[in-house]
Amino acid sequence: MIGIGFVYAVAGVVFAVFAASSLVERRWANGAFHALIALSFLAGDRLGDVGNGVLVLALVTIAASGRMRRSAPPPPSVERGARVFVPALVIPAAALVGTLAFKQMPTLVDPKQATLVALAMGTMLALALGLVLLKARPAQAFAAGRGLIDDIGWAAIMPQMLASLGAVFALAGVGEVVGGLMGRAIPGGSVAGAVIAYAVGMALFTMVMGNAFAAFPVMAAAIGVPLLIHGAGADPAMVAALGMLAGFCGTLMTPMAANFNLVPAALLDLKDRYGVIRAQVPTALPLLAFNMLLLYVMIA
Amino acid sequence: MLVLAGIAVIAGGFLLRFNPLLVVVVSALVTGLAAGLEPVVVLATFGKAFNDTRYVTAIYIVLPVIGLLERHGLQARARGLVAGLRGATAGRLLIGYLLFRQVTAALGLTSIAGPAQTVRPLVAPMAEAAADDAGASEQVRAMTAATDNVGLFFGEDIFIAIGSILLMKGVLEGYGIVLEPFQLSVWAIPTAIAAFLIHGGRLLWLDRRLARRKVGRGTGS
Repeated sequence: MIGIGFVYAVAGVVFAVFAASSLVERRWANGAFHALIALSFLAGDRLGDVGNGVLVLALVTIAASGRMRRSAPPPPSVERGARVFVPALVIPAAALVGTLAFKQMPTLVDPKQATLVALAMGTMLALALGLVLLKARPAQAFAAGRGLIDDIGWAAIMPQMLASLGAVFALAGVGEVVGGLMGRAIPGGSVAGAVIAYAVGMALFTMVMGNAFAAFPVMAAAIGVPLLIHGAGADPAMVAALGMLAGFCGTLMTPMAANFNLVPAALLDLKDRYGVIRAQVPTALPLLAFNMLLLYVMIA
Repeated sequence: MLVLAGIAVIAGGFLLRFNPLLVVVVSALVTGLAAGLEPVVVLATFGKAFNDTRYVTAIYIVLPVIGLLERHGLQARARGLVAGLRGATAGRLLIGYLLFRQVTAALGLTSIAGPAQTVRPLVAPMAEAAADDAGASEQVRAMTAATDNVGLFFGEDIFIAIGSILLMKGVLEGYGIVLEPFQLSVWAIPTAIAAFLIHGGRLLWLDRRLARRKVGRGTGS
């Protein structure tokens, strides 16, 4: 069955080519960084937990050395007419059609990974099509792709790092401690106080952890379940869903959510690294207030 | 209480501008030690989670295609497409993209668009062309990335099989509360509408500011 292993094999090969092309140009730090990511994709399951931990330490050492460089400016582009749109549209179209089609073929493709498998296949199709239509060599595509990954730099693995930090926090019981503190800070019996603490707590903890998934179990344990669901008799589905969405408002406002906020700034060559966050705060704050208000109105 | 030291490390490390990857690793180590865990246990926990979440990083396989197309004029073509349209403004274009992103995310199609797949190669050049204002291009590009995120975040939770819905279901089951994903996803709809109205309003406001800048420069059209 085709599953996530296929996607990881493709990703491993792509990063291995990025690594080789960096090393050829004597960009040692970038090359080593990409080679380690390739190793993680191709052999991560065979490295063992401690081995993967050592791999992470090596990645962090390279990133912290400050020796990873951004790409050289690309050569001027060659106009090839409207046909450049074709491969660009193949990727989303393949992801869409593949997701729907693969769900009907559970014996061939793992239904849980249908979208990622479709995306990987669509990407390969788009690359092949692009090379033919534009009469280009694969080396040109990988050189251009490497320029983009060099601009993203160490931020590429930030989401994985935060998820891993979340696992350590869970093992250490950080959630229970934060929850206990928050729970004690609310005046007894105040629904408004509990709603504010829950929603703002979700947003703030999400900002620290870089994603709402780490914050939700903590805030549910501290406030959502004891005070809002059991205490105020609120609908559990509503409390959970609106809490998670309050957390998403926090994701819009934190550099820790590097893949959403810092990577686009790098990809778009923004002078201000935090430009995307600044553009999002005026949407995030009113939306957070909306979630709080809706929660309060539906309970009270 | 001591385990909260890891949170202080994150905040302090960020303010002092250390490399964020380093800050995350140190925070994990400090937290683990404060909780009385062996350093090797912290390392193994971290390594296992890193290996289990590789799927987020797999999205970068699209970069060679995007890079190839860009070197063959994709961005210039995207700009040309919009420059030929009368009445196209950056704000209206991005409102259309916001709606597209919310609706497709609500159908579970979260990966068909994104910063690398659509924003950099297509939508940002189009929005810049529609704005036709070099001085505002940084702002327009930032707003394009913001629109992509807002559309994704406040669309995806309407889809019943998305990670966050499954997480909520799992956590609540731990308290003996059994819910269907559908019950959770309907509660994402009011916030999705609010997000469209708030962010859409800001995009119209962006158009007004761009128009005023044009008049100010004396090149009103």
